[in-house]
Amino acid sequence: MQEIRLHGRGGQGAVTSAELIAIAAINKGNYAQAFPSFGPERRGAPVVAFCRVDDKKINIRAKVYNPDVVIVLDPGLLSLLDPSEGMREGGVLILNTKKSPEALGIRAEVPFRIATVDANAIAIEEVGRPIVNTTMIGAMIRATGLIGIEDVKKPLMERFGSKLGARNLKALERAYHEVVMKE
Amino acid sequence: MPKVRKGVEVSIAIADAVAQADTDVIAAYPITPQTHIVEHLSEIVANGELDAEFVPVDSEHSAMSVCCGSSAVGARTFTSTSSQGLALMSEIFFIAAAMRLPMVMALANRSLSSPLSIWNDHTDTMMVRDAGWVHIFVENGQECYDNIFCSYRMSEDPEVRLPVAINLDGFILTHMIEPIEYEDDETIRKYLPPFTMINALHPDNPVSMGCFGMPEIYTETQMNREHGIRNSYPVILKAWDEWGKLTGRYYRPVETYRADDAEYCIVTMGSYGETAMEVVDTLRAEGEKVGVVKIRLWRPFPYDEIRAALLGKKSLVVIDRAISFGGPGGPVASELRSALYQKKGAPTIVNYVAGLAGRDVSRKDFRNIILEGKEKARRGETEGFTLYGLRG
Repeated sequence: MQEIRLHGRGGQGAVTSAELIAIAAINKGNYAQAFPSFGPERRGAPVVAFCRVDDKKINIRAKVYNPDVVIVLDPGLLSLLDPSEGMREGGVLILNTKKSPEALGIRAEVPFRIATVDANAIAIEEVGRPIVNTTMIGAMIRATGLIGIEDVKKPLMERFGSKLGARNLKALERAYHEVVMKE
Repeated sequence: MPKVRKGVEVSIAIADAVAQADTDVIAAYPITPQTHIVEHLSEIVANGELDAEFVPVDSEHSAMSVCCGSSAVGARTFTSTSSQGLALMSEIFFIAAAMRLPMVMALANRSLSSPLSIWNDHTDTMMVRDAGWVHIFVENGQECYDNIFCSYRMSEDPEVRLPVAINLDGFILTHMIEPIEYEDDETIRKYLPPFTMINALHPDNPVSMGCFGMPEIYTETQMNREHGIRNSYPVILKAWDEWGKLTGRYYRPVETYRADDAEYCIVTMGSYGETAMEVVDTLRAEGEKVGVVKIRLWRPFPYDEIRAALLGKKSLVVIDRAISFGGPGGPVASELRSALYQKKGAPTIVNYVAGLAGRDVSRKDFRNIILEGKEKARRGETEGFTLYGLRG
């Protein structure tokens, strides 16, 4: 089982990211869960969403405490929280940032990989707004191989419709190619 | 709707099931505390996908009143609520059962104020435990979907004619996206016959419902209610059994996991059963002879099945999600103590209350509760209850 934690701000679409990853995984025959950290929804406030993917039925009804994958949608959150909290050894931290993995100076208690992508720039160019939920999925796909780009196409189109869906898919594909990874 | 497996929010799947069941009337208060269940149903009706009356009422009190009226004329009736909404509905909630009016409610279990909270526990449903409804607890989205159809079958059976509440954990299930297998419409039609209300309200054949009851008659009406819900038991079993034959998914009033050869068991109700199974697998690998017992049918309480599953065990660790203040602690433990009292082979019972108002209960917490509970039982510390994770 792979456990994913997403950090974003209300309105950035962290919950949508989790949902799209889960639906893509379910569509290809796997089991998955996606759920928000339940609470009042406030635009701009830090939010957390969770996702689990497995090839067998998932029997856990609790938050993710030891993620294999952490996705940070908002670079500003790095000064507010430790995104690597509880990270499993060998996991991957995927960040929306202009900086390279080396320049971030993230200290880790256990060894894990870091992947960075300038998702804001990609989303503004492709989607027209700095909503990076779909862009970050592209980086996640490259960094984890948990699902494929093909798997996420259908749920993406269903969620956003053909026109906006195509723009989001372009952003996702660009992030897939532009993500920088550090072992 | 074809037979399909899809990733969907559990609330949406419930709404889809209500539509597939060809429901006639949906009455609900459309804002807080409400889930996507009635929001999606309002869309389905507005889109013309379901030929039904969607009545967005001014309060939950009115919602249940509309449900009573629509059921009385023989319309297949659904509603959904939570926490304070159920509290406001409670006056009519009791009347629905007393008047033997079939309907199905998806009850998204959440805590009651105060303090104001929107999160999950079983405080709301325990408030109406004694109203005379059939109460089913489910542990995942598939069980929610399936039990919409099973509940209509039970509720509308002429031998039963009682309202049925499907209790699902608020947020933990209502806001979860997970895989759910939808059955095709043909299977549903085969399983669920149209609703025929005997003695329905109709201007051509006037009948009286909800009459004034003098002391000379009230006692007898209450015994009638007691007989009614007890007689529902075989119909409930049959409804689940036939659903199992059609879909391969079988349900029982009490379900066990690795409990047959267990020395002690953890007992849960609702979605906690899944995490309990996961943790029991780990503990089994470490040599603990522990199993899980899950109560699916809360009313009518399945005494025989409970006794068959639990007599002979050394001890039970019972997780409750609500408190009876100044009383016996958790309602589930209280029921088990009563069901097993003075029976040969009755286990020692230790009671925990956990996960109030959405406080997360992780795998580590379950492990602590199971192992600590086993030790408490060994030491004979069986009085009252422990509020797990209490700070300060």
